Amino acid sequence: MTKKKFEVIEKESVVVKFVGDCGDGMQLTGTLFSDTSAMSGNDLSTFPDYPAEIRAPRNTVAGVSGYQVHIGREVRTIGDKCDMLVAMNPASLKANLQWVALGGTIIVDVDAFVDKAFDKAGYASNPLEDGSLSSYHIIQAPISSQAKEIAISLGMDIKDADRTKNMYALGIVAFIYDRDLKILFKQINDKFKKSPKVAEINIEVLKAGYIYAESIEAIESRFHIPTAVLPKGKYRNISGNIATAWGLLAASERSGRPLFLGSYPITPATDILVELARHKSLNARVMQCEDEIAGICSSIGASYAGSMAVTSTSGPGLSLKSEAIGLAVMTELPLVIINVQRGGPSTGMPTKSEQADLLQALYGRNGSCPCIVTAASSPSDCFEMAYNTAKLSLEHMTPAILMTDGYIGQGTELFRIPKVADMPSITPPLAKAKDPNYKPYRRDEKTLVRQWALPGTEGLEHRVGGLEKTDIFGAVSTDPINHDKMVSNRNEKVQRVADYIPEQDIIGEDSGDVLVVSWGGTRGQVYDAVKNLQKQGKKISLAHFKYIMPLPKNTADIFAKFKKIVVCELNDGQFANYLRIVHPQFNYIKYNKIKGIPFTTTELINTFNQIF
Amino acid sequence: MSYSMIERSTVPLTKEDFASDQMVRWCPGCGSHAILATLQSIFPRIGYKRENFCVVSGIGCASRFPYYVNTFGFHGIHGRATPIATGVSVSNRKLSVWVIAGDGDLMAIGGNHFLHTIRRNVDLNILLFNNQIYGLTKGQYSPTTPFGQVTKTSPYGTIEKPFDVGKLVLAAQGNFYARVVDNNTKLMGDVMYEAAKHDGTSVIEILQNCVIFNDGAHKAIADRATAPDRQLILKHGEPMIFGKDNNKGIRLGSRGLEVVTIGENGITEKDILVHDAQQQDAGLHNMLADMHWPDYPIALGVIRSVPSPTYDELLEKQMIDAKATSNIKCVDDILNSGDTWEI
Ligand code: SF4
Repeated sequence: MTKKKFEVIEKESVVVKFVGDCGDGMQLTGTLFSDTSAMSGNDLSTFPDYPAEIRAPRNTVAGVSGYQVHIGREVRTIGDKCDMLVAMNPASLKANLQWVALGGTIIVDVDAFVDKAFDKAGYASNPLEDGSLSSYHIIQAPISSQAKEIAISLGMDIKDADRTKNMYALGIVAFIYDRDLKILFKQINDKFKKSPKVAEINIEVLKAGYIYAESIEAIESRFHIPTAVLPKGKYRNISGNIATAWGLLAASERSGRPLFLGSYPITPATDILVELARHKSLNARVMQCEDEIAGICSSIGASYAGSMAVTSTSGPGLSLKSEAIGLAVMTELPLVIINVQRGGPSTGMPTKSEQADLLQALYGRNGSCPCIVTAASSPSDCFEMAYNTAKLSLEHMTPAILMTDGYIGQGTELFRIPKVADMPSITPPLAKAKDPNYKPYRRDEKTLVRQWALPGTEGLEHRVGGLEKTDIFGAVSTDPINHDKMVSNRNEKVQRVADYIPEQDIIGEDSGDVLVVSWGGTRGQVYDAVKNLQKQGKKISLAHFKYIMPLPKNTADIFAKFKKIVVCELNDGQFANYLRIVHPQFNYIKYNKIKGIPFTTTELINTFNQIF
Repeated sequence: MSYSMIERSTVPLTKEDFASDQMVRWCPGCGSHAILATLQSIFPRIGYKRENFCVVSGIGCASRFPYYVNTFGFHGIHGRATPIATGVSVSNRKLSVWVIAGDGDLMAIGGNHFLHTIRRNVDLNILLFNNQIYGLTKGQYSPTTPFGQVTKTSPYGTIEKPFDVGKLVLAAQGNFYARVVDNNTKLMGDVMYEAAKHDGTSVIEILQNCVIFNDGAHKAIADRATAPDRQLILKHGEPMIFGKDNNKGIRLGSRGLEVVTIGENGITEKDILVHDAQQQDAGLHNMLADMHWPDYPIALGVIRSVPSPTYDELLEKQMIDAKATSNIKCVDDILNSGDTWEI
């Protein structure tokens, strides 16, 4: 074969999405591509796009599974639009064309573009021939036929051979983006550790795809993606849900309190339960309970008995836990509640993401019932925020709700691996055995925190419960003055947590025309949009919140120095409404999106531009 | 094993050591008073240090119980006593955890938790105060109210079949089920003691009288005058004989259990069933739990007590095994596991 000359184009970052039928191995393909890129030094962000059904009918739009990877020098989002789409069948093309940038490249498995499949996908005609794709660069590759032929020739049976087509596709992409084949092969060998023969055949198929790409006319250029500019350190790729689980384990280790998780499977939070269930060697007691309520109630019991108790869930599950959260507030016990938000209300859109549970987390309980509320801003940030949320809950003896979402929970990005010993210490206020002065509701003067008196400790026998109790002594009481005092004690205790959280930081100048305010999992897009406008010389800054209840103490000071404040969030304006309650002196412009998908950086830039 | 793991008191404790400073607020004449007094006197007999008991409740008249016992106590929310107690028990196996709840609490709103707790065999002792009515909310029918009974919310009589606690416990694969009446504190105390010694979920159904809203619900079998003929008090290894003349017994006939009279129709003591609470097969236990007056005497005492690994113990074993075999010894190990690289 004569070697072709390829133009090499430098690109700051590229977005590639692998899509196909849910049995086509797109998650694996995407993971191999992203892991290889990460190990070659790129920054990255990924997002799996699963169908809601486990096995929807083949070749239908409902059954499309995808994996989006954004790699580059500096990456904070999964990217607005794809530079390249790899579509294994017509349905996946149909479902994803809207996400491809105009002029982008689409690689299709031409073998799957047959009449029957057009019907199922809802195409009236062959999109490859009817001119509907004229704005894109199309590569029609004989992916499944070639893959099958090679795999069969190497001794695979027909059924398994058909399943190697994703490797052929990956080979093409690996060539175009000049991926390191050695790393890629090692990844494949690791993935198929148990069957070296399968690994070998997959590698051969991948090589064939790579060589194919090198030989065809449709491919004239290759791309070079610069390596990341990241602080030195040891890195790994991590999803938000795994990072959450690990942050909790780290908090348990540092606090000396064994972890207890009571939980119930729910999309998209289940991975936290699954991950923690693996770590019995670290004293993690994990119970898959009969329902959400048992999940939180067993955690409350565990907390009473001295565990670092956690319950993990998603929106509807948080609704079910409401009453029990009130019990934990009333008994003033530490409890970490993880809410991986999804599209609501009700069952809503379980596989889609939004931020519409904020007011529920803040206020969704009977009575005056304050909790600490925090939010993680990206997949890797889930580690730190899970750790910090557990620390606040344990040290302030009150339940704390950590808000993440389906997008950052399942998405991945690079994570700089910390040392647990370098994390801040966690010191729960344990009562001492035989302390003659112990009283259940005696409080620390500064923090208003009561002590944690564990069953089994001599001389600390006491009763707690959901009924209102007398100040200090903890006897059942309906006394009006006492109730008033206890309500304000509980509120004030949570407010004083503000003394123990970081001050709010600002990205950009600390005064200017526009302050963008956001919270939780939207940071990547909002940050990129604000940076873009700053580069254009606009006087715009960003305050991205991770501590919601209480708010950082300097919040009002920051707000006061900007002419306009725009609050953007993936709901109908809940954080803005909350800010109106806490800091009513400012005018808040809302920018909301509630479509089950993240912001795009482009839409934010356009929106902010109109505000000046 | 939990029972053997819990630290015992070196000084003898008394009933008074377990009385809290709170005023008991049940109605005068309520069956709960006797239950409280019995448990307070059984705790010293069980012999653990005071701080190693933990009493957990839900919501209802019965659920005020923890406030009256001078040890660790947790008054939960409606229906959720069992999961709360599960969290306590699983977190610390060196505690003796007691769940106090009524029939509304455990059979209605907490019905699902009740079944799953039993199925898991969590190390708990559950005292189910069955007064067949909602007391705290003032007289509505409960899941154990007999069919047809007129109550505040069933002015035309209930049209629901009641749950049978014992059959429910056995269906959920319960390993310890006992039934007592609130006016026999001797038997109640003995059964509580047995429950404490049994590792795993022990359910004691206490037929408790609510003098205000369902007075006399259990009168037919509880009345002292007629009790000997209407109650079969089971003892492991002893024949199922009852009656004021001690001449009635239970025989296994071709159509199930039969009440027979010793000395009549050639029946001798040899024909009478001997109670085996430790029998793995729950068939006979189920039949005993299902005996109801007037066709049968009601079976009281420990109906089933079969040793079986507890959830708590199995979980701990998995943790010990994982520690021995896993490469993950600390969180740093997980953070650095799998693919990592230096930048
Ligand atoms: S209402 Fe009935 S159950 Fe409740 S305390 Fe009074 S007598 Fe006892």
